[in-house]
Amino acid sequence: MSTGELVLDTIGTVAIVLGVLLTFVASIGLLSLPDVLSRMHAATKPQVVGLLLIVIGGALHLRTSPDVWMLVLVGAFQLVTAPVTAHVVGRLAHRGEGGLRRDLLYVDELADRPDEADPGPDDQEESPPPHRNGEAVGRSRRRGGAGSDGASLDSGE
Amino acid sequence: MSTLPALLDAVLVVSLVLLGLSAVLVVVRLLRGPTGLDRLVALDVLVAEFLCGLVAYAALTGDSSLVPVVVAISLVGFLGSTTVARFVRRGTGR
Repeated sequence: MSTGELVLDTIGTVAIVLGVLLTFVASIGLLSLPDVLSRMHAATKPQVVGLLLIVIGGALHLRTSPDVWMLVLVGAFQLVTAPVTAHVVGRLAHRGEGGLRRDLLYVDELADRPDEADPGPDDQEESPPPHRNGEAVGRSRRRGGAGSDGASLDSGE
Repeated sequence: MSTLPALLDAVLVVSLVLLGLSAVLVVVRLLRGPTGLDRLVALDVLVAEFLCGLVAYAALTGDSSLVPVVVAISLVGFLGSTTVARFVRRGTGR
């Protein structure tokens, strides 16, 4: 094994160890933090930074072109999709599904938004929301829309 | 200088064990809940840690046949978590 390969292996191992340590700390945080939003704060560490560090380390170890590009694809895809999931979960948590502890919030920027009273399309047959002016327009737009998953994910906004 | 690759392998094995330990912690959160969103976040982290473990194992063995598996699991994990978030209903919290 040449010196260059050894250096690459060493850098890759250091990156993997950093990612694993970050993942371990985040797991402890996920277990000990008090509510959904603070647990999401801990959860983003292994999802984005930890996985990126480990993917970089794995790419430095494997060093062949298809593997490196596939690992780049994994990192890029995680960067794109982690905010989507976090947005959905955070919005649900703020709407009150997840036992959000409002005494732990320093600032609630959505406190006076009437949109937050909208339960979303899933619940309209169970508990009809109080009538709002924009409701009929919004619902007809939803019905007439493309009906894809991406369009209905953020319905009600 | 010849002991360095063995040392790197040992370090990788130790980090795999540490990944397993953190996965156990996440599973504890997954089982305790208390709400569906907590379980959803824990499941996301579990998938991410599984991906980390696969990449670290591929780096340890130098075997690159696991890399397409990593791509596939990252795609499926995103679809699963957004779909579950879709079905967490207001008020029930499950």
